[in-house]
Order: sequence, then structure tokens, then C-alpha cells
Amino acid sequence: MPREGILVHNPYERMTKEQVQQIHQASIEILNDLGLLSFNRKAAEIFSSHGAEVTTTSSGDTPCWHVKIPERLVLDALASTPKTVKLGARKPDNILVLKGDEPRVFFITGSETNIWLDVDFPSYTRKSDPSIETKIAEFRPRRGTVADLCDSAHVCEHLETVDGYIRTVNIQDKDINEDNKDVNKFFASLNNTTKHVMSGLTNPKQLDNVVKMAKLIVGGKDKLKENPIISFITCLTKSPLQFVDDTTETFMDVCQRGLPIVVSSSPQAGTTAPIKEAGIIAQINAEVLAGITLGQLVNKGTPVLYGSVPVRARMDTLGDSYGSVETSQYNIDCVQMARFYNIPNYSTSGVCDAKIPGQQSSIERLFSNIVVTLSGPQYLHCAYGLLDCNSVFCLLQAVLDDAHFQMIKFFLNPPRISEQELALTLKQIREVLATPQKLFIRYIRPVMRSGEISAPYPFEGDGNSDSVFALAYERMKELLAKPVEHIDPTTTARIFQEIPGLLPRLNVYGEER
Amino acid sequence: MSEDIIAILKRNVIQGRKTKDDEGIDEALSGTPGVMELTQLALDNNIPPAVIITQCLTSGMQIVGEKFAAKEYFIPDMLASAEAVGAAMDILKPYLEASGVPTKGKFVIATVKGDIHDIGKNIVAILLKGAGYQVSDLGVDVPKEKIAKVIRDEKPEYLGLSALLTTTMVEMGALIEALKENGLRDKVKVLIGGAAVSDEYARQIGADVYCVDGFHAIKVLDAFQEAKA
Repeated sequence: MPREGILVHNPYERMTKEQVQQIHQASIEILNDLGLLSFNRKAAEIFSSHGAEVTTTSSGDTPCWHVKIPERLVLDALASTPKTVKLGARKPDNILVLKGDEPRVFFITGSETNIWLDVDFPSYTRKSDPSIETKIAEFRPRRGTVADLCDSAHVCEHLETVDGYIRTVNIQDKDINEDNKDVNKFFASLNNTTKHVMSGLTNPKQLDNVVKMAKLIVGGKDKLKENPIISFITCLTKSPLQFVDDTTETFMDVCQRGLPIVVSSSPQAGTTAPIKEAGIIAQINAEVLAGITLGQLVNKGTPVLYGSVPVRARMDTLGDSYGSVETSQYNIDCVQMARFYNIPNYSTSGVCDAKIPGQQSSIERLFSNIVVTLSGPQYLHCAYGLLDCNSVFCLLQAVLDDAHFQMIKFFLNPPRISEQELALTLKQIREVLATPQKLFIRYIRPVMRSGEISAPYPFEGDGNSDSVFALAYERMKELLAKPVEHIDPTTTARIFQEIPGLLPRLNVYGEER
Repeated sequence: MSEDIIAILKRNVIQGRKTKDDEGIDEALSGTPGVMELTQLALDNNIPPAVIITQCLTSGMQIVGEKFAAKEYFIPDMLASAEAVGAAMDILKPYLEASGVPTKGKFVIATVKGDIHDIGKNIVAILLKGAGYQVSDLGVDVPKEKIAKVIRDEKPEYLGLSALLTTTMVEMGALIEALKENGLRDKVKVLIGGAAVSDEYARQIGADVYCVDGFHAIKVLDAFQEAKA
């Protein structure tokens, strides 16, 4: 049985049907009349060979191609794009089935941050009363390593609400380079979680090695097609409306292999996209449709996700403001657009502006996590542990986020109202009214143990001090101590034998451990 | 046979199953006799009431308390067990009286005049009854004259007063004054509780003790019992 995720019964929609149609038409007009710039020659040639109007131009000294995509190509691509995408997993129970027309949400980690945030609890003595000692959480940033990525995958394997794993941290060890980064990040992830693993590629030349690793794990090419334990994410579009050379190349390579891939775009309202909602949504929709069209032209029927990572600019720095309310509005609009096309959506929530865990981070992430989940995206990259927009990952925060999602999932349980339920309730009321105390407490018990009552916040302290960080830290350590199901020794040996560049210290059965 | 009944009765106390219709926690017990039926069965099999109390009811509640402390059980579990034990005590009452076995003491409880809030008071009553006290619940909005009369006529060892509102808590002080005027104050220990009151308020009006909740009340009464012994 695949993972259940959580079905949103009445998904929240911002736009009317008419507005959705208007955005669609505007996006078609953008692609058909204005077109986009492709810095990738092959992509331009593919569009040209399918009837798009392509003219050679340049941006400074760099040659590029102006591509106008006719509506027909886009509509044909939308028709051939799979409406259901299966994302496999090492453990069958962790497989994800994303249906474009079903608002069933799966919560996913990510994205790749450069900084890993350690936490420590140094103690301080109160000046006015030295007998009082207080421990305060302190956070220390440092560059992420492959060991961190292993730890993160390990903990996320045990976090109940995490449905899939996007690598959380950029591995920057001294012995990691452009050529061995991809194989090591995929292996570190796959070996420490049995959930689905998605990542981008640093070096497109490593695609074959990564795919080979996945084939070794599942037992061959056909089995990988049946159970794609890995998938890819490419931000092939640079906003506004430009296909980047290298990521477009990677995107086409993945499409040719028929593995699931996210067509992602991340415009920033105010700088790389219009500041107004209508503008950024029309543009991001056009950018994603262009990517989807290219994918279908490369390999008809290739499974893609409609990837949307829109964000509003901060007015003080013009940097990303993932914590802004508008960012959630944009994401919800994109969920609606993806549903309009019946294509599974990769959406974003939970990324915050706050730099360390605390009240700001909780408020920002919980707000967007709730509202975006309510819109029913299928694959919600909800940024477990992410801070400072997209640049810091804190494992402690990921543990805290899991508690948020427990609440959100519980909230989305459908109401249990039926004739049978009401008949039982009326019987209870009648019985209670006949007692001297008139209390319903005795009827709590069976409900309490059936999972119908939400659990208390797991990091609640004694009420005299805020113990959230300390308790979450204990939980994090417990999860790290709990074993995970690694790839078996024989397969591991073959992987290390056949895939170049893997760090020997990642072999859990090896001598260098 | 007797040993089986004792073990099953204790198990049902732990499960909080008052009657055969209660679900409890262990599904295997569904439809089997609960504490009330088993208490009667124990009496029918000539198991002495004192044995039923010590080996089934009290020792069962002891385990319930441990499970509560370990967060395995919650207040609804504790109340279910206490309610079952209270019902068993009602069955045992005539036998105890006939055999001259002393009870732990009589506890009169009421929500004071002007206040109709009774959730806390009811929970305290259930818990104390389950702990072996003879509980007389006078209800809500009870005038001080009525309470004083009960103290005079029924001579309980303990009086519990509840108030949720700051506007009604003053009735507690007025009642204590009335007890003094009637020469009854030293005949009864007065415990107060409820959201409006506090330890400080208990001292201010001359109550014996302020109880945070029902569990605290059991501890306080048990301590009084020990002191008396």
C-alpha cells in the first residue's frame, strides 16, 4: 500500500474558475506572442522542428534563440502529460501516487541549503541569584557535510509526517567535488531513508551514474521504471521567461530516460516577475507550461510535476521573502492552475525569513504550511527544517515541523457525521442526562484510544519555562539513535564497485567506518 | 474460585469497567461482567467485604494511580475506575455497616450559593468516592444555611466547597462564619477548590486547605486520616 498522505476534502481556492481561465489565456498569449529566450540550442531546435517560430538572437555575447510556442503545442503537451505520477521508494509502503485531479497532499523535505545549523544548550547563571541556572538554546551555523545529509535523511526517515525526501543540505566536504557530489548525495539519501528521494543534479554528466545506482538498488531498468525510487528537480527556467542552457540540458536528459521530474520555476514578484498577483501567476504558469511542453516534445508521456516556487521580494533588500503572506497566495494560485491541467503539483510552503528557530520561524512557517496545505497540492515541498529563506537547514527545526504537520493532518480529517454517529450521540446524551453528575467523561475513553482525539503538543514543558527546544532536541537524539534500514550489504558492495566517486566512509559495511 | 474472582475484579477496576456494558480498554473483556456484577459475585461467594476492598478495589486503584503517573492513563481513565469503585462501595455499604467495618470518613461537597458550575465538584466527588470516602453531594447553588444544617445533622468529617466565580467565592467565607456562629467549625475540616480560589484565599477565610484538584483532595484527606490514626 502506498503512503496515504492527507486528502483535502474541500480544497481552498483563491481564484474563480473564470480567473483561472484568464490566467491560462494570458500564459498562452505570453508563450505564443512574446515567447521566451532559450539559451539551449537543442531545446530551440526541438521547438522549431515541432512548428514553433524560432529566431536566433543573442544576449550580450551569448547566443540564444527566441522561441514563440504556439497554443497547439502547449495543448498537445498538456494532453500527453501523465495525470498520475508514481514516485517509488525502497520500501513499498513509502511509494507515493500523485493524482493531478485529487488534492491528496504529501509532505516533502528540502531544499539544498549551504548552511547547517547546530544547536547546543549552554547553561547560564543568573547574576542576581547564582543558585538559578538556565539552559538556553544557541545555534551555530557551519557548512553542510555529507554526514549531515545522512543524519538528516536518517531523522526524516523516522519523522512520521515526512512522506518523501528532497536533500536538505549541500554537501561541502573537502573531498566532495563537482564530479562526485551527485553520486554521494543520492547515495547518502537513499541509504538512510526508505522514502522517495528527489534531488537536483550538480553535474549533468553524473546522471547515468545516479540512474545506475538506482537500478542496482531496485534490480534493473524495468524495475526502476515500475518503481522510480529517485526523481529529479530542475529549475530550467530563469525568470523572466528564459531557458537556462545547462539545466535545460539536464531536464531533457532526464525526460529521455522517462524518470519523474519537476518542471520548476521560481520567479520573484517585484524583480524577476510583476509585483501584482495576476502578473506573476500568468508568468510562472507560462514558464512551467513551456517546460512541460519541452518535456513532452522530448519524450511524449514523460512524467512531470508542475513545479511552482513563486516568492515575493522583500522591500528592504529585494531578497526573497518566503515568509510574506503573498508568497502563500501565489503558491495557492499555482496549485489551482496545476489542478486546472490535472497535473500533479509541486508546491512550496514553510520556508521562512527567520534565521534561527523561534517564534518568528514558527509563525511564518506554520501560517504558510496551513494555508498552502489547505489548497491541496500533491507534492508539498514544505521545507522541514529550512530557515533564512533557503539557505539554512536545522535538524531541530525539522523535528519541530513534524509536530506542526501532525496538527495539520489531524485538522484535515473529515467530519465524522452520519446517522449512526448521531444516533449514538443522542443515546449518550439521554444516558448522561439521567445521571446526577451529567458528565460525558466516560464516553471519552474509547474515542481517546481510537485516534479520534488529537495528541497534545509533544514538546510541552511544565508550564514554568519554555522547554520546546530542549524536548525537541531530546526527540531528535532519540530518532538519530533509532536504526534505519540501510541498503543491503550485497547491493552496497556492487554500488561501491560500479559507481565511481563514492566516499568509502559512506559504506556502512566498510572498514573506514 | 475466590482467587479468580478477586483477580478479575481487580482487573476490571484497572480497566474502569463499571458494568458489563462498559468497553474498558482491553477489548477481550467486552461483554464480560464489570465491577458491579463482580462485586456482587464476590459477595455471593462469601468473599469478605474487607478483602474485596483491599485486594480488589484499593489495590486496583493503586495501579490506576501508577498508570496515571506514568502518563499511560489520563483523567477519563482515572474517573472511570473511580466511578466503578464508587459503585462497588455502594453495593458493599450495607455489608460494611452490618459488620462494623469503619469507612474512611464522610465527605460533604457542594458548589456554593450563586454558583452553578459543577464539573470540578463532580469530578472530585467521583474520585473521593472511588478512594473509599462516603460522599454526599449537595449539588450546586447551595445556601450556607442548608450546608450548616447538614454538618449539624450528618456530622461529616470533611466539607468540600467549590466556586468558579470571584463573585461567588465570598460565599465560602460567609459559610465558614456561619459554621463558627453555630459552633460547628471545629467539627469539620473545610476544603475549598475551584478556579476562583487559592491557597492564600483559603488562609484568608479560615478554611483548612485549598485543593488544586481531585487528586490533591485525595492526598489531603488521606493525610488527615493518617494524622487521625
